[in-house]
Amino acid sequence: MTLPFFDPVTAVLLIPISSAALLAALPGYRLTARLNVLASLATFLSALCLFVMERSSPGPYVLIDDLNIVFIVLNTFVGFTTSIFSASYIAHELETGRLTPAYLRFYHAMYQIMMFGMNLAFVSNNIGLMWVAVELATLTTVLMVGIYRTHAALEAAWKYFILGSVGIALALFGTILVYMAARPVMGEGQDGMVWTLLVERAANFDAALLNVAFVFLFLGYGTKVGLAPLHAWLPDAHAEGPTPISAVLSGLLLNVALYALLRFKILLAANPASIAPGPLMVTMGLVSLIFAAFMLYRRRDIKRLFAYSSIEHMGIIVFAFGMGGPLANFAGLLHMVMHSLTKSAIFYAVGHISQIKGTQRISRIRGLTVTHPALGWGLVVGVVAIAGLPPLGIFMSEFLVVSSTFARQPLLAILLVFGLLLAFGALTLRLTSVAFGEPRGSTAPADASYIPMFAHLALVLGAGIYLPAPLVVWFQHVAQLLG
Amino acid sequence: MHSLAFDVSHTLAGGLVLISLMMLYQDRLYSLLNVFALHALVLSLSVAWQAFIQDAPHLYVTAFIALVFKAIIIPVALHRIVKQLGIHRDIESAVGIGPTMLAGMGLVALSLVLMLRVTSDADPLAREDLAFALSVVLLGLLVMVTRRNAVSQVVGFMSLENGLVLAATGAKGMPLVVEISVAFSILIAFIVVGIFLFRIRERFDSVDVSALDDFRGERR
Repeated sequence: MTLPFFDPVTAVLLIPISSAALLAALPGYRLTARLNVLASLATFLSALCLFVMERSSPGPYVLIDDLNIVFIVLNTFVGFTTSIFSASYIAHELETGRLTPAYLRFYHAMYQIMMFGMNLAFVSNNIGLMWVAVELATLTTVLMVGIYRTHAALEAAWKYFILGSVGIALALFGTILVYMAARPVMGEGQDGMVWTLLVERAANFDAALLNVAFVFLFLGYGTKVGLAPLHAWLPDAHAEGPTPISAVLSGLLLNVALYALLRFKILLAANPASIAPGPLMVTMGLVSLIFAAFMLYRRRDIKRLFAYSSIEHMGIIVFAFGMGGPLANFAGLLHMVMHSLTKSAIFYAVGHISQIKGTQRISRIRGLTVTHPALGWGLVVGVVAIAGLPPLGIFMSEFLVVSSTFARQPLLAILLVFGLLLAFGALTLRLTSVAFGEPRGSTAPADASYIPMFAHLALVLGAGIYLPAPLVVWFQHVAQLLG
Repeated sequence: MHSLAFDVSHTLAGGLVLISLMMLYQDRLYSLLNVFALHALVLSLSVAWQAFIQDAPHLYVTAFIALVFKAIIIPVALHRIVKQLGIHRDIESAVGIGPTMLAGMGLVALSLVLMLRVTSDADPLAREDLAFALSVVLLGLLVMVTRRNAVSQVVGFMSLENGLVLAATGAKGMPLVVEISVAFSILIAFIVVGIFLFRIRERFDSVDVSALDDFRGERR
């Protein structure tokens, strides 16, 4: 199907960037918040059109294939629901005076620029352009993390900035090395940066140079994925920024970096003489998982708790992709989608909870299911999902990761299960204290938007019970692409 | 001609490594900033030379950006920030000079060994360029690690980034070099503004807090 005047790829990029300009210019928060939702919805709808539209052949800059459609649709969907949540969250921040209308204008414009950066990173077929897009998305989130201008927020933004910049610098060095490795085969100029052309001819590249390049890319983009021991920016940035930003950081930005890594993994897999990236990814994934699981026990700040849980899940996903093979890749992909949906739903709940209670300290929050049943039970379902209990979606993907690992590397599977159980224990421990028991803290009624949270949880539940066949076929196909 | 082209670019790239090593033992902020300005100047010369021998006019833009932005505007701006914050006398390194220099030499040796080994097939010019570039990147990281002050961390980051520009211009015919250097310049501008906000806020915070205490004292 084609329409003469509508190109979904252009729309996915153009809508965010033009609405960013509009939002920066318009005064009045109610209007801009609604416009933000509208723009995000329009982007999401055009992303959906990518499924049905005929794809043009990959150009020097833009590529649409089965792999990145999954990422784009997920990205725009969570971007859309987060914009709904953000509208009600930010209204409350205005009332309490933590933000002024001027900052709000800035916030909404930045939100759309960030969506633009992430979408650009997904559709770009050029490894240099992809790097620029990831940098853009990171920079905007840095600015938003520091938006409260408190000491802690600025410090978190600074840390995020410095570590993120070092990561980005290493990733660029890796990108240059990939170009150098490709140059004898591809010749000079544009072609040496186009990913589809690179993959076609990767078999003849200089393997040694490609290996070194991957190490730099892994460290660089891995910093953004939040793999331990490069994760230091992540908990601070999640805890100190506005909660909608925590939701998109966990749910989306980590995926962008992961996507970049996957592209380069495919590139390396096309060269038989180069190292297998698998063992490196498996090791870092396991280290992140177990490290984060231990750290979960000592968290006192509720947003920091879920930030560490993001590190844990990124560890599982990188582990799954590192194992490779159709089943593990399928599980990794499914886990990534489920994690994005669940973690953002949790942050929606946590955002409203910390606003009502006026604190992020876990010890000051008690008995949520009594005082705020909808929020409390929403959080319970979210945490049960993220801890990997049946019948929710994450249980299924974790089960697939574990069973495929048991079939191939039983020893690794034992470590994996150990990490999962550890994290499960910590999360249930915290959950029982927050959700049940004698209520503590403010009992003011919540002026929350429940729709995004419950929509996400319903999707996660639905995926856990029944995955539609076309989706399974699609994911299987992508899993094969990933090798 | 080839040998002259090679020698000049070799000298300039080697000079960058040397200046990076010089950065390691600067213990005053002002002198660190001056050394950095020299670093950026040599970088712009090196990029301009690459533009000349590769016959790639767009690289002159990169050289110009490096010269104006990194060798002049940023050092001047940082000088002013340092002066306003009154930290120009600070001597601030987390690790002593001796160990730092030893670590720096180790990093240079490491990057030479690594890059020369893996790029045995590449042409010698690009090969040495990459090895030097990696040294500059690693030394920049070392500066960032061994300093505590935000300003000198930024100087470390900028010298790291100079190494990346060196690598990108050495990779013959690489597209997007200009765009990437612009992207980096924006990033650095943000960082400098960031420090400014951060430090100023820090000062205002302290002023605010003491004002608040006085106020309470008077009430009681």
